[in-house]
Amino acid sequence: MKYGLDQSNGLEFGLYTLGDHLPNPSTGERIPASQRLNEIIELSQLAEQAGIDFFSVGESHQDYFTTQAHSVVLGAIAQATEKIKIASSSTIISTLDPVRVFEDFATIDLISGGRTELIAGRASRTRNFELLGYSLRDYEDLYEEKFDLLRQINEHEVLNWSGNFRAPLRDAHILPRPMNGELPIWRAVGGHPASAMKAGYAGVPMFFAALGGPVSTFKNTVDTFRQAASQGGHDPDELPVSMAGFFYPGETTQEALRESYPFFNEGMKKTNGHGFSKQMFAQGADSRSVMNVGSPQQIIEKILYQHETFGHQRYIAQMDFGGVPFEKLKKNIDLIGEKILPEVKKHTKK
Amino acid sequence: MNIVGLAGSKVGSKTRTAMNYVKQSVERQYPEHTFTLIDLGDYDIEFSDGRNYLDYKGDTGYVAQTIMEADAVIIGTPIFQASIPATLKNIFDLLPQDGLEGKIVSMYATAGSDKHFLIPEQQLKPILGYMKAQVVQTYVFLNDKDFLNKEIINDDVFFRLDRLVEDTMVLTDTYQKIKEAEEAKYDF
Repeated sequence: MKYGLDQSNGLEFGLYTLGDHLPNPSTGERIPASQRLNEIIELSQLAEQAGIDFFSVGESHQDYFTTQAHSVVLGAIAQATEKIKIASSSTIISTLDPVRVFEDFATIDLISGGRTELIAGRASRTRNFELLGYSLRDYEDLYEEKFDLLRQINEHEVLNWSGNFRAPLRDAHILPRPMNGELPIWRAVGGHPASAMKAGYAGVPMFFAALGGPVSTFKNTVDTFRQAASQGGHDPDELPVSMAGFFYPGETTQEALRESYPFFNEGMKKTNGHGFSKQMFAQGADSRSVMNVGSPQQIIEKILYQHETFGHQRYIAQMDFGGVPFEKLKKNIDLIGEKILPEVKKHTKK
Repeated sequence: MNIVGLAGSKVGSKTRTAMNYVKQSVERQYPEHTFTLIDLGDYDIEFSDGRNYLDYKGDTGYVAQTIMEADAVIIGTPIFQASIPATLKNIFDLLPQDGLEGKIVSMYATAGSDKHFLIPEQQLKPILGYMKAQVVQTYVFLNDKDFLNKEIINDDVFFRLDRLVEDTMVLTDTYQKIKEAEEAKYDF
Protein backbone atom coordinates (compact mmCIF):
# COMPACT_ATOMS: atom_id res chain seq x y z
CA MET A 1 0.00 0.00 0.00
CA LYS A 2 1.20 3.49 -0.89
CA TYR A 3 1.58 6.03 1.91
CA GLY A 4 4.03 3.86 3.81
CA LEU A 5 1.54 2.04 5.96
CA ASP A 6 3.04 -1.36 6.47
CA GLN A 7 0.41 -3.61 8.01
CA SER A 8 2.77 -6.52 8.61
CA ASN A 9 3.46 -4.86 11.96
CA GLY A 10 -0.23 -4.47 12.66
CA LEU A 11 -2.44 -1.40 13.03
CA GLU A 12 -0.43 1.80 13.28
CA PHE A 13 -0.99 3.61 16.55
CA GLY A 14 -0.54 7.35 16.94
CA LEU A 15 -1.23 10.31 19.18
CA TYR A 16 -2.59 13.65 18.09
CA THR A 17 -3.06 16.95 19.80
CA LEU A 18 -5.01 20.03 18.79
CA GLY A 19 -2.72 22.04 21.02
CA ASP A 20 -5.60 23.04 23.27
CA HIS A 21 -4.55 25.23 26.16
CA LEU A 22 -7.22 24.77 28.81
CA PRO A 23 -7.20 25.08 32.57
CA ASN A 24 -7.02 21.90 34.62
CA PRO A 25 -10.70 21.60 35.62
CA SER A 26 -9.94 20.38 39.13
CA THR A 27 -7.64 23.29 40.02
CA GLY A 28 -8.84 25.92 37.55
CA GLU A 29 -5.19 26.67 36.80
CA ARG A 30 -3.71 26.96 33.36
CA ILE A 31 -0.06 26.36 32.64
CA PRO A 32 1.77 29.02 30.58
CA ALA A 33 1.63 28.63 26.79
CA SER A 34 5.41 28.14 26.72
CA GLN A 35 5.09 25.16 29.05
CA ARG A 36 2.23 23.63 27.06
CA LEU A 37 4.21 23.91 23.82
CA ASN A 38 7.31 22.37 25.34
CA GLU A 39 5.27 19.58 26.88
CA ILE A 40 3.78 18.79 23.46
CA ILE A 41 7.30 18.48 22.06
CA GLU A 42 8.33 16.29 25.01
CA LEU A 43 5.19 14.20 24.54
CA SER A 44 6.33 13.38 21.00
CA GLN A 45 9.64 12.12 22.38
CA LEU A 46 7.93 10.01 25.04
CA ALA A 47 5.59 8.61 22.39
CA GLU A 48 8.57 7.62 20.28
CA GLN A 49 10.25 5.93 23.24
CA ALA A 50 7.06 3.98 23.99
CA GLY A 51 7.03 2.59 20.45
CA ILE A 52 4.11 4.71 19.23
CA ASP A 53 4.19 5.03 15.43
CA PHE A 54 2.88 8.52 14.79
CA PHE A 55 2.48 11.94 16.40
CA SER A 56 0.58 14.89 14.98
CA VAL A 57 -0.30 18.47 15.86
CA GLY A 58 -3.35 20.41 14.72
CA GLU A 59 -4.11 24.03 14.02
CA SER A 60 -6.94 25.95 15.68
CA HIS A 61 -7.33 29.70 15.83
CA GLN A 62 -9.96 29.76 18.57
CA ASP A 63 -9.45 30.86 22.15
CA TYR A 64 -7.88 28.20 24.40
CA PHE A 65 -5.48 26.87 21.75
CA THR A 66 -1.77 27.29 21.39
CA THR A 67 -0.51 25.55 18.22
CA GLN A 68 -1.87 27.97 15.62
CA ALA A 69 1.63 27.90 14.07
CA HIS A 70 1.54 24.11 14.05
CA SER A 71 4.19 23.75 11.36
CA VAL A 72 6.65 25.59 13.63
CA VAL A 73 5.85 23.12 16.43
CA LEU A 74 6.30 20.23 13.99
CA GLY A 75 9.71 21.66 13.02
CA ALA A 76 10.74 21.41 16.67
CA ILE A 77 9.33 17.89 16.91
CA ALA A 78 11.19 16.86 13.75
CA GLN A 79 14.40 17.91 15.48
CA ALA A 80 13.53 16.35 18.84
CA THR A 81 12.60 12.89 17.53
CA GLU A 82 14.29 10.28 15.38
CA LYS A 83 11.94 7.67 14.06
CA ILE A 84 8.29 8.46 14.87
CA LYS A 85 6.17 9.63 11.91
CA ILE A 86 5.01 13.22 12.30
CA ALA A 87 2.13 15.11 10.74
CA SER A 88 -0.38 17.91 10.97
CA SER A 89 -3.87 17.07 12.22
CA SER A 90 -4.97 19.05 10.56
CA THR A 91 -3.61 21.89 8.47
CA ILE A 92 -6.46 24.21 7.53
CA ILE A 93 -5.44 24.53 3.92
CA SER A 94 -8.48 26.69 3.04
CA THR A 95 -7.02 29.79 4.67
CA LEU A 96 -3.34 29.20 3.93
CA ASP A 97 -1.26 29.41 0.77
CA PRO A 98 -0.63 25.87 -0.50
CA VAL A 99 2.77 26.90 -1.89
CA ARG A 100 3.90 28.10 1.51
CA VAL A 101 2.39 25.08 3.28
CA PHE A 102 4.22 22.75 0.91
CA GLU A 103 7.50 24.62 1.47
CA ASP A 104 7.04 24.31 5.24
CA PHE A 105 6.14 20.63 5.24
CA ALA A 106 8.79 19.64 2.71
CA THR A 107 11.28 21.41 4.97
CA ILE A 108 9.99 19.59 8.05
CA ASP A 109 10.23 16.39 6.05
CA LEU A 110 13.90 17.02 5.23
CA ILE A 111 14.73 17.92 8.84
CA SER A 112 12.93 14.78 10.05
CA GLY A 113 14.58 12.53 7.49
CA GLY A 114 11.44 11.72 5.48
CA ARG A 115 8.99 11.11 8.35
CA THR A 116 6.49 13.84 7.58
CA GLU A 117 2.87 13.67 6.43
CA LEU A 118 0.25 16.34 5.85
CA ILE A 119 -3.41 16.11 6.75
CA ALA A 120 -5.44 18.93 5.27
CA GLY A 121 -8.84 19.90 6.65
CA ARG A 122 -11.55 22.51 6.22
CA ALA A 123 -11.85 23.61 9.87
CA SER A 124 -14.75 22.74 12.14
CA ARG A 125 -14.39 26.15 13.78
CA THR A 126 -13.99 29.10 11.52
CA ARG A 127 -12.30 32.04 13.21
CA ASN A 128 -9.27 31.50 10.94
CA PHE A 129 -11.34 32.79 7.99
CA GLU A 130 -11.80 36.20 9.54
CA LEU A 131 -8.32 36.29 11.02
CA LEU A 132 -6.55 35.41 7.79
CA GLY A 133 -8.77 37.45 5.51
CA TYR A 134 -11.13 34.96 3.86
CA SER A 135 -14.89 34.79 3.55
CA LEU A 136 -16.80 31.97 5.17
CA ARG A 137 -19.00 31.97 2.08
CA ASP A 138 -16.11 30.41 0.18
CA TYR A 139 -15.72 27.62 2.78
CA GLU A 140 -16.05 24.72 0.34
CA ASP A 141 -14.56 26.33 -2.77
CA LEU A 142 -11.47 27.50 -0.89
CA TYR A 143 -10.83 24.05 0.47
CA GLU A 144 -11.35 22.18 -2.79
CA GLU A 145 -9.21 24.55 -4.84
CA LYS A 146 -6.37 24.82 -2.35
CA PHE A 147 -6.32 21.12 -1.52
CA ASP A 148 -6.15 20.30 -5.21
CA LEU A 149 -3.30 22.80 -5.71
CA LEU A 150 -1.44 21.30 -2.76
CA ARG A 151 -1.67 17.86 -4.34
CA GLN A 152 -0.49 19.18 -7.69
CA ILE A 153 2.54 20.86 -6.07
CA ASN A 154 3.27 17.55 -4.37
CA GLU A 155 3.19 15.69 -7.68
CA HIS A 156 4.94 18.26 -9.89
CA GLU A 157 8.13 20.07 -9.05
CA VAL A 158 7.44 22.63 -11.79
CA LEU A 159 3.87 23.76 -12.06
CA ASN A 160 1.57 25.89 -14.16
CA TRP A 161 -1.65 26.62 -12.38
CA SER A 162 -4.42 29.16 -12.15
CA GLY A 163 -7.46 29.39 -9.90
CA ASN A 164 -9.77 31.76 -8.13
CA PHE A 165 -8.20 32.27 -4.74
CA ARG A 166 -4.52 32.74 -5.47
CA ALA A 167 -2.27 34.37 -8.05
CA PRO A 168 -1.48 32.01 -10.95
CA LEU A 169 1.71 29.99 -11.02
CA ARG A 170 3.80 30.08 -14.22
CA ASP A 171 6.60 27.55 -14.52
CA ALA A 172 6.79 27.79 -10.76
CA HIS A 173 9.61 25.77 -9.28
CA ILE A 174 8.49 24.84 -5.80
CA LEU A 175 11.25 23.84 -3.42
CA PRO A 176 12.46 22.12 -1.37
CA ARG A 177 11.27 18.70 -2.47
CA PRO A 178 10.47 16.09 0.20
CA MET A 179 12.91 13.29 0.87
CA ASN A 180 10.86 10.51 -0.70
CA GLY A 181 9.71 12.51 -3.71
CA GLU A 182 6.20 13.15 -2.40
CA LEU A 183 4.59 13.83 0.94
CA PRO A 184 1.74 11.58 2.04
CA ILE A 185 -1.21 13.99 1.88
CA TRP A 186 -4.52 13.06 3.51
CA ARG A 187 -7.94 14.59 3.54
CA ALA A 188 -9.37 15.27 7.00
CA VAL A 189 -13.02 14.25 7.25
CA GLY A 190 -15.37 15.15 10.09
CA GLY A 191 -18.90 13.90 10.44
CA HIS A 192 -20.08 14.38 6.88
CA PRO A 193 -20.23 11.40 4.51
CA ALA A 194 -20.25 13.94 1.64
CA SER A 195 -16.71 14.92 2.58
CA ALA A 196 -15.67 11.25 2.68
CA MET A 197 -17.19 10.85 -0.80
CA LYS A 198 -15.05 13.67 -2.17
CA ALA A 199 -11.92 12.07 -0.72
CA GLY A 200 -12.86 8.72 -2.24
CA TYR A 201 -13.64 10.05 -5.72
CA ALA A 202 -10.38 11.96 -5.78
CA GLY A 203 -8.41 8.90 -4.67
CA VAL A 204 -7.11 10.64 -1.55
CA PRO A 205 -6.59 8.75 1.71
CA MET A 206 -8.93 9.73 4.50
CA PHE A 207 -8.30 10.80 8.06
CA PHE A 208 -11.63 10.42 9.82
CA ALA A 209 -12.35 11.98 13.20
CA ALA A 210 -15.00 10.01 15.11
CA LEU A 211 -15.39 11.56 18.54
CA GLY A 212 -18.46 9.95 20.06
CA GLY A 213 -21.22 7.51 19.16
CA PRO A 214 -21.59 3.90 18.11
CA VAL A 215 -18.94 2.37 15.86
CA SER A 216 -21.67 1.14 13.50
CA THR A 217 -22.67 4.72 12.67
CA PHE A 218 -19.18 5.67 11.54
CA LYS A 219 -18.87 2.50 9.49
CA ASN A 220 -21.30 4.10 7.07
CA THR A 221 -18.86 6.92 6.32
CA VAL A 222 -15.94 4.54 5.87
CA ASP A 223 -18.01 2.43 3.45
CA THR A 224 -19.04 5.58 1.59
CA PHE A 225 -15.39 6.52 1.19
CA ARG A 226 -14.43 3.14 -0.26
CA GLN A 227 -17.45 2.98 -2.58
CA ALA A 228 -16.70 6.47 -3.88
CA ALA A 229 -13.08 5.46 -4.46
CA SER A 230 -14.20 2.51 -6.60
CA GLN A 231 -16.62 4.69 -8.51
CA GLY A 232 -13.84 7.22 -9.09
CA GLY A 233 -11.66 4.52 -10.62
CA HIS A 234 -9.34 4.01 -7.66
CA ASP A 235 -8.55 0.82 -5.81
CA PRO A 236 -9.92 1.19 -2.28
CA ASP A 237 -7.36 -1.37 -1.07
CA GLU A 238 -4.64 1.08 -2.02
CA LEU A 239 -6.19 3.96 -0.11
CA PRO A 240 -5.55 3.89 3.61
CA VAL A 241 -8.03 5.05 6.22
CA SER A 242 -7.01 6.54 9.55
CA MET A 243 -9.38 6.90 12.45
CA ALA A 244 -9.01 9.59 15.09
CA GLY A 245 -10.82 9.98 18.40
CA PHE A 246 -10.89 10.55 22.14
CA PHE A 247 -8.77 8.26 24.25
CA TYR A 248 -8.25 7.97 27.99
CA PRO A 249 -7.06 4.86 29.84
CA GLY A 250 -7.39 4.21 33.57
CA GLU A 251 -6.61 1.30 35.86
CA THR A 252 -10.28 0.37 35.62
CA THR A 253 -13.00 1.56 33.27
CA GLN A 254 -14.74 3.28 36.18
CA GLU A 255 -11.57 5.14 37.07
CA ALA A 256 -11.05 6.17 33.45
CA LEU A 257 -14.57 7.61 33.30
CA ARG A 258 -14.23 9.36 36.64
CA GLU A 259 -10.87 10.91 35.80
CA SER A 260 -11.55 11.88 32.22
CA TYR A 261 -15.09 13.26 32.45
CA PRO A 262 -14.11 16.70 33.81
CA PHE A 263 -11.44 17.13 31.13
CA PHE A 264 -13.78 16.29 28.24
CA ASN A 265 -16.84 18.00 29.69
CA GLU A 266 -15.24 21.26 30.79
CA GLY A 267 -12.96 21.32 27.76
CA MET A 268 -15.86 20.93 25.32
CA LYS A 269 -17.86 23.57 27.18
CA LYS A 270 -15.04 26.07 26.85
CA THR A 271 -14.10 25.31 23.25
CA ASN A 272 -17.49 24.40 21.73
CA GLY A 273 -20.01 25.81 24.16
CA HIS A 274 -21.52 22.41 24.90
CA GLY A 275 -20.34 19.72 27.33
CA PHE A 276 -21.15 16.00 27.58
CA SER A 277 -24.08 14.73 29.63
CA LYS A 278 -22.96 11.99 32.00
CA GLN A 279 -25.52 9.70 30.41
CA MET A 280 -23.87 10.11 26.99
CA PHE A 281 -20.40 9.87 28.45
CA ALA A 282 -21.17 6.66 30.36
CA GLN A 283 -22.25 5.05 27.06
CA GLY A 284 -18.80 5.90 25.73
CA ALA A 285 -17.35 3.12 27.89
CA ASP A 286 -19.43 0.48 26.09
CA SER A 287 -17.35 -1.71 23.79
CA ARG A 288 -19.57 -0.72 20.85
CA SER A 289 -18.79 2.98 21.30
CA VAL A 290 -16.07 4.63 19.26
CA MET A 291 -14.71 6.53 22.29
CA ASN A 292 -11.65 4.77 23.65
CA VAL A 293 -12.09 5.45 27.34
CA GLY A 294 -11.69 2.58 29.81
CA SER A 295 -9.29 0.10 31.35
CA PRO A 296 -6.37 -0.97 29.13
CA GLN A 297 -8.16 -4.28 28.50
CA GLN A 298 -11.40 -2.51 27.57
CA ILE A 299 -9.53 -0.17 25.23
CA ILE A 300 -7.74 -3.06 23.56
CA GLU A 301 -11.09 -4.75 22.92
CA LYS A 302 -12.56 -1.55 21.58
CA ILE A 303 -9.66 -0.86 19.22
CA LEU A 304 -9.77 -4.43 17.91
CA TYR A 305 -13.54 -4.24 17.40
CA GLN A 306 -13.12 -0.92 15.59
CA HIS A 307 -10.36 -2.42 13.45
CA GLU A 308 -12.55 -5.36 12.56
CA THR A 309 -15.38 -2.99 11.62
CA PHE A 310 -13.53 -0.24 9.79
CA GLY A 311 -10.51 -2.12 8.45
CA HIS A 312 -8.46 1.04 8.97
CA GLN A 313 -4.67 1.12 8.81
CA ARG A 314 -3.95 3.67 11.52
CA TYR A 315 -5.63 4.81 14.72
CA ILE A 316 -4.67 8.07 16.37
CA ALA A 317 -5.66 8.97 19.91
CA GLN A 318 -6.42 12.37 21.37
CA MET A 319 -5.59 11.97 25.04
CA ASP A 320 -4.41 15.42 26.13
CA PHE A 321 -7.64 17.37 25.65
CA GLY A 322 -9.00 19.58 28.40
CA GLY A 323 -5.99 20.40 30.55
CA VAL A 324 -4.82 16.86 31.44
CA PRO A 325 -1.69 17.31 33.61
CA PHE A 326 1.57 16.23 32.03
CA GLU A 327 2.29 13.67 34.76
CA LYS A 328 -0.94 11.92 33.82
CA LEU A 329 -0.06 12.00 30.13
CA LYS A 330 3.27 10.35 30.91
CA LYS A 331 1.50 7.64 32.89
CA ASN A 332 -0.93 7.07 30.03
CA ILE A 333 1.89 6.79 27.51
CA ASP A 334 3.39 4.09 29.72
CA LEU A 335 0.05 2.25 29.75
CA ILE A 336 -0.07 2.47 25.95
CA GLY A 337 3.50 1.24 25.52
CA GLU A 338 3.36 -1.54 28.08
CA LYS A 339 -0.18 -2.87 27.86
CA ILE A 340 -2.19 -1.56 24.92
CA LEU A 341 0.24 -1.41 22.02
CA PRO A 342 1.63 -4.99 22.27
CA GLU A 343 -1.87 -6.50 22.29
CA VAL A 344 -3.20 -4.31 19.49
CA LYS A 345 -0.17 -5.10 17.32
CA LYS A 346 -0.31 -8.81 18.10
CA HIS A 347 -3.91 -9.13 16.99
CA THR A 348 -3.75 -6.91 13.92
CA LYS A 349 -0.55 -8.15 12.29
CA LYS A 350 -0.98 -9.36 8.74
CA MET B 1 -31.90 30.06 37.31
CA ASN B 2 -31.56 32.02 34.10
CA ILE B 3 -34.85 32.64 32.33
CA VAL B 4 -34.87 34.28 28.91
CA GLY B 5 -37.97 35.84 27.38
CA LEU B 6 -37.55 35.87 23.61
CA ALA B 7 -39.93 38.14 21.67
CA GLY B 8 -39.46 36.80 18.16
CA SER B 9 -40.40 39.62 15.83
CA LYS B 10 -39.23 42.97 14.52
CA VAL B 11 -42.77 43.96 13.52
CA GLY B 12 -45.74 45.05 15.61
CA SER B 13 -46.23 45.41 19.35
CA LYS B 14 -48.44 42.60 20.62
CA THR B 15 -45.71 40.00 21.13
CA ARG B 16 -43.65 42.54 23.07
CA THR B 17 -46.65 43.75 25.06
CA ALA B 18 -47.34 40.19 26.18
CA MET B 19 -43.64 39.63 26.92
CA ASN B 20 -43.62 42.72 29.15
CA TYR B 21 -46.35 41.07 31.16
CA VAL B 22 -44.47 37.73 31.23
CA LYS B 23 -41.46 39.61 32.62
CA GLN B 24 -43.59 41.21 35.34
CA SER B 25 -45.15 37.87 36.14
CA VAL B 26 -41.79 36.08 36.51
CA GLU B 27 -40.32 38.90 38.58
CA ARG B 28 -43.39 39.05 40.82
CA GLN B 29 -43.73 35.30 41.38
CA TYR B 30 -40.05 34.27 41.23
CA PRO B 31 -37.92 37.24 42.32
CA GLU B 32 -34.97 34.96 43.15
CA HIS B 33 -34.45 34.09 39.45
CA THR B 34 -32.91 36.19 36.68
CA PHE B 35 -35.15 37.17 33.79
CA THR B 36 -33.57 38.55 30.61
CA LEU B 37 -35.89 39.98 27.98
CA ILE B 38 -34.67 39.78 24.40
CA ASP B 39 -36.91 41.59 21.93
CA LEU B 40 -35.52 40.88 18.47
CA GLY B 41 -36.81 44.32 17.44
CA ASP B 42 -34.11 45.84 19.66
CA TYR B 43 -31.22 43.99 18.02
CA ASP B 44 -29.45 43.89 14.71
CA ILE B 45 -28.94 40.19 14.07
CA GLU B 46 -27.08 38.57 11.17
CA PHE B 47 -28.39 35.59 9.28
CA SER B 48 -26.80 32.31 10.24
CA ASP B 49 -23.77 31.50 8.07
CA GLY B 50 -23.00 28.16 9.66
CA ARG B 51 -20.30 29.20 12.11
CA ASN B 52 -20.32 28.11 15.75
CA TYR B 53 -22.50 30.39 17.86
CA LEU B 54 -19.48 31.41 19.95
CA ASP B 55 -17.91 33.00 16.89
CA TYR B 56 -20.62 35.60 16.21
CA LYS B 57 -19.93 39.10 17.40
CA GLY B 58 -22.05 42.08 18.46
CA ASP B 59 -25.82 41.65 18.86
CA THR B 60 -25.79 38.24 17.15
CA GLY B 61 -23.20 36.87 19.55
CA TYR B 62 -24.94 38.40 22.55
CA VAL B 63 -28.36 36.96 21.71
CA ALA B 64 -27.05 33.48 20.79
CA GLN B 65 -24.92 33.22 23.92
CA THR B 66 -27.64 34.54 26.22
CA ILE B 67 -30.02 31.87 24.96
CA MET B 68 -27.37 29.15 25.27
CA GLU B 69 -26.75 30.13 28.88
CA ALA B 70 -30.47 30.03 29.79
CA ASP B 71 -32.09 27.29 31.87
CA ALA B 72 -35.49 28.17 30.42
CA VAL B 73 -36.68 30.15 27.42
CA ILE B 74 -40.16 31.60 27.07
CA ILE B 75 -40.76 32.32 23.40
CA GLY B 76 -43.30 34.84 22.20
CA THR B 77 -44.07 34.67 18.51
CA PRO B 78 -46.44 36.40 16.14
CA ILE B 79 -47.79 34.42 13.21
CA PHE B 80 -46.63 35.65 9.81
CA GLN B 81 -47.85 34.06 6.57
CA ALA B 82 -49.20 31.12 8.56
CA SER B 83 -45.84 30.44 10.20
CA ILE B 84 -43.29 31.76 12.68
CA PRO B 85 -41.38 34.87 11.56
CA ALA B 86 -38.03 34.45 9.80
CA THR B 87 -36.40 36.50 12.56
CA LEU B 88 -37.29 33.78 15.06
CA LYS B 89 -36.29 30.89 12.78
CA ASN B 90 -32.93 32.58 12.27
CA ILE B 91 -32.29 32.44 16.02
CA PHE B 92 -32.70 28.65 15.92
CA ASP B 93 -30.41 28.49 12.88
CA LEU B 94 -27.69 30.36 14.80
CA LEU B 95 -27.61 27.71 17.53
CA PRO B 96 -26.11 24.20 17.48
CA GLN B 97 -28.33 21.27 16.40
CA ASP B 98 -28.94 20.18 19.97
CA GLY B 99 -28.64 23.72 21.32
CA LEU B 100 -31.81 23.52 23.42
CA GLU B 101 -30.87 20.27 25.14
CA GLY B 102 -31.57 20.42 28.85
CA LYS B 103 -33.53 23.66 28.54
CA ILE B 104 -37.21 24.14 29.30
CA VAL B 105 -38.94 25.98 26.46
CA SER B 106 -42.47 27.35 26.59
CA MET B 107 -44.30 29.58 24.16
CA TYR B 108 -47.19 31.88 23.40
CA ALA B 109 -48.38 33.14 20.05
CA THR B 110 -50.14 36.32 19.01
CA ALA B 111 -52.19 36.28 15.84
CA GLY B 112 -54.81 38.17 13.91
CA SER B 113 -57.00 35.15 13.46
CA ASP B 114 -57.96 32.11 15.52
CA LYS B 115 -57.39 30.03 12.40
CA HIS B 116 -53.70 30.15 13.33
CA PHE B 117 -54.18 28.40 16.66
CA LEU B 118 -52.34 25.20 15.63
CA ILE B 119 -49.30 26.92 14.11
CA PRO B 120 -47.14 26.74 17.26
CA GLU B 121 -48.13 23.06 17.57
CA GLN B 122 -47.30 22.22 13.99
CA GLN B 123 -44.43 24.55 13.19
CA LEU B 124 -42.68 25.69 16.35
CA LYS B 125 -42.79 22.54 18.48
CA PRO B 126 -41.13 20.31 15.86
CA ILE B 127 -38.14 22.68 15.77
CA LEU B 128 -37.91 22.67 19.56
CA GLY B 129 -38.17 18.89 19.64
CA TYR B 130 -35.44 18.52 17.03
CA MET B 131 -33.18 20.80 19.06
CA LYS B 132 -33.87 18.59 22.10
CA ALA B 133 -35.75 21.13 24.23
CA GLN B 134 -37.96 20.03 27.11
CA VAL B 135 -41.17 21.61 25.87
CA VAL B 136 -44.00 22.89 28.05
CA GLN B 137 -46.82 21.34 26.09
CA THR B 138 -49.53 23.89 26.79
CA TYR B 139 -49.10 27.24 25.12
CA VAL B 140 -51.04 30.49 25.22
CA PHE B 141 -52.71 31.82 22.11
CA LEU B 142 -53.54 35.53 21.98
CA ASN B 143 -55.85 37.15 19.48
CA ASP B 144 -55.72 40.76 18.27
CA LYS B 145 -58.86 41.45 20.22
CA ASP B 146 -57.06 40.76 23.49
CA PHE B 147 -55.07 44.00 23.03
CA LEU B 148 -55.87 47.71 22.88
CA ASN B 149 -53.28 50.51 22.57
CA LYS B 150 -50.39 48.23 23.49
CA GLU B 151 -52.16 46.93 26.58
CA ILE B 152 -53.70 43.55 27.28
CA ILE B 153 -57.39 44.09 27.93
CA ASN B 154 -58.61 40.54 28.42
CA ASP B 155 -58.27 39.36 32.05
CA ASP B 156 -58.27 35.76 30.91
CA VAL B 157 -54.96 36.45 29.12
CA PHE B 158 -53.32 37.53 32.38
CA PHE B 159 -54.47 34.33 34.05
CA ARG B 160 -53.26 32.18 31.16
CA LEU B 161 -49.86 33.92 30.95
CA ASP B 162 -49.43 33.55 34.73
CA ARG B 163 -50.13 29.83 34.38
CA LEU B 164 -47.65 29.59 31.49
CA VAL B 165 -44.99 31.23 33.64
CA GLU B 166 -45.80 28.96 36.56
CA ASP B 167 -45.73 25.83 34.37
CA THR B 168 -42.40 26.91 32.91
CA MET B 169 -40.85 27.58 36.32
CA VAL B 170 -42.19 24.43 37.96
CA LEU B 171 -40.92 22.32 35.07
CA THR B 172 -37.53 24.05 35.08
CA ASP B 173 -37.16 23.51 38.80
CA THR B 174 -38.29 19.87 38.53
CA TYR B 175 -36.07 19.23 35.55
CA GLN B 176 -33.02 20.52 37.44
CA LYS B 177 -33.83 18.00 40.17
CA ILE B 178 -34.29 15.18 37.67
CA LYS B 179 -30.97 16.08 36.08
CA GLU B 180 -29.20 16.11 39.44
CA ALA B 181 -30.69 12.72 40.35
CA GLU B 182 -29.75 11.36 36.92
CA GLU B 183 -26.17 12.63 37.18
CA ALA B 184 -25.84 11.31 40.75
CA LYS B 185 -26.41 7.79 39.42
CA TYR B 186 -22.97 7.86 37.85
CA ASP B 187 -19.97 7.63 40.10
CA PHE B 188 -17.81 9.90 37.96
